[in-house]
Amino acid sequence: MALPRITSPHTTGSNRTQRVMLQVLLATLPGVLTLTWLYGCGPLLNLLWASIVALSCEAAVLAARKRPLRFFLSDGSALVSAVLLALALPPYAPWWLTLIATGFAMLFGKHLYGGLGQNPFNPAMIGYVVVLISFPGAMTSWPLPEFVGPWEALQRILGIAMLPDGWSHATALDVLQHNHSLTFDELRASSPAFGRFGGNGQEWVNLAFLAGGCYLLQRRLFTWHAPLGMLAALGLMSLLFWGGSGSDSNGSPLFHLFSGATMLGAFFIVTDPVSGATSRLGRLIFGAGVGILVYIIRTWGGYPDGVAFAVLLMNLAAPTIDYYTRPRTYGHRKAERGFRIGE
Amino acid sequence: MASFREIATNGLWKNNPGLVQLLGLCPLLGTSNSVVNALGLGLATILVLTCSNAAVSLIRRSVPDSVRLPVFVMLIAGLTTCIELLMHAWTYELYQILGIFIPLITTNCVILGRAEAFAAKHGVLHASFDGLMMGSGFALVLVALGALRELLGTGTLFANMQLLFGPAAAAWQLELFPQDHGLLLAILPPGAFLVLGLLIALKNQIDARLAARSAQPTVSTPVAERRVRVTGVIE
Repeated sequence: MALPRITSPHTTGSNRTQRVMLQVLLATLPGVLTLTWLYGCGPLLNLLWASIVALSCEAAVLAARKRPLRFFLSDGSALVSAVLLALALPPYAPWWLTLIATGFAMLFGKHLYGGLGQNPFNPAMIGYVVVLISFPGAMTSWPLPEFVGPWEALQRILGIAMLPDGWSHATALDVLQHNHSLTFDELRASSPAFGRFGGNGQEWVNLAFLAGGCYLLQRRLFTWHAPLGMLAALGLMSLLFWGGSGSDSNGSPLFHLFSGATMLGAFFIVTDPVSGATSRLGRLIFGAGVGILVYIIRTWGGYPDGVAFAVLLMNLAAPTIDYYTRPRTYGHRKAERGFRIGE
Repeated sequence: MASFREIATNGLWKNNPGLVQLLGLCPLLGTSNSVVNALGLGLATILVLTCSNAAVSLIRRSVPDSVRLPVFVMLIAGLTTCIELLMHAWTYELYQILGIFIPLITTNCVILGRAEAFAAKHGVLHASFDGLMMGSGFALVLVALGALRELLGTGTLFANMQLLFGPAAAAWQLELFPQDHGLLLAILPPGAFLVLGLLIALKNQIDARLAARSAQPTVSTPVAERRVRVTGVIE
């Protein structure tokens, strides 16, 4: 009888990559369902198409690099990147937009740096930013909530549907950013992009992502530090610069928390274990940095939503944050870091 | 003494300023968003580099070592000013588009680098040929980068060539796909870094292929003689 020779500890690790990725996919389910309920079958088709592209890119690169195909394809990381990217794209993004974004995310964002675990930037956000910079028109306009059947959705994504003028609108964040004359209430009355407390439709999507994020938090896939840091910083910034409801209003904290990609970013992007900071304090700082940058870009920047840019900028800062927030090892004094001025 | 053939392969491929030495990245990345800009700056750089190498080589025996760098920089700056005035006179619109990058040729590391590393140690003929080849290597990368970025970003090739070659060149523009579908990223600064990185990767790949091909005929040891001491089954 051959006994397996295993050293202690004898508990089984339950958090293998595949299982973590599957749980993340499961947690996006409320968001996916809400998007489908609000916007029709477009998000589902986007999801499917992005997954196909991501897996093909991954397989092609793995084959070219002579890496085990099955092992890396089945860990689900490509699928998670594709799903997160597809959820961030507008519901009826043309097929080539999704293709470029996903291809860039996989090839340039992930595999040029060495594959899973080596990427300094979040691959999904790289893909998103590439298409946002390249095709700003197609990326910043969302349709109003309206159910669209699968056939019609396919036609829209392939670009062969006959669409009425103005079927897509600027998002609430966009409208608010370009407003200079109307009070907040007048703005809400004049534009269909606003909902009850956030963006029209977006508020429910954000709530769904919040629910999915809470599930992941309960399963202990990540700690509360990064998401809370981001949401608290964003809330605090919007409270400080709110400006009431006059024409110079920058939107209430509630509006900012439930508009754009806030919740998707807070629970699915900022919590990325590879490209984020490592220690608990580091994650708190990382999340807070993202929150502050999101608010700055939304309010004074050139783009209506800034989650992707904020995450990429903080990804750049993550090694520095890690350097300064390394926890003290038991039995050792805390190492001094940086320069001391005046000695 | 290096042969002319060696100097040429060095400048154009083996020691290319843009792809291998990575010198002069600032103008390389800054002005390569269209073929016409790239070609304009490339030609200006070739001219300055050739003339400066010749001039440095001529005065190399009469300049004391301790002050050679300021003297070289003065020479390069003087030549750059000449080019700038010429462009101001003949290609005024291109002069305006390229803007600060023309005077900045002075600070292009390739030029001072070649003056110091090559021209100050070689005769006039070799030195000016080296300047021509290094400049051409730089200009070729610049134009390749400009063409790729223009193609990806706007879908055209050789647009606005009349800025450099007179009104007849306006018809040279090729339109490969409609303008509103371009990948805007390619024209923006990140596109310059991405495309240059891909070009460098391509060059390294070609070099690796060539090296592998030339290293092929080696003596291979027979399989049975792989190990001297055999204690078990050879897998």
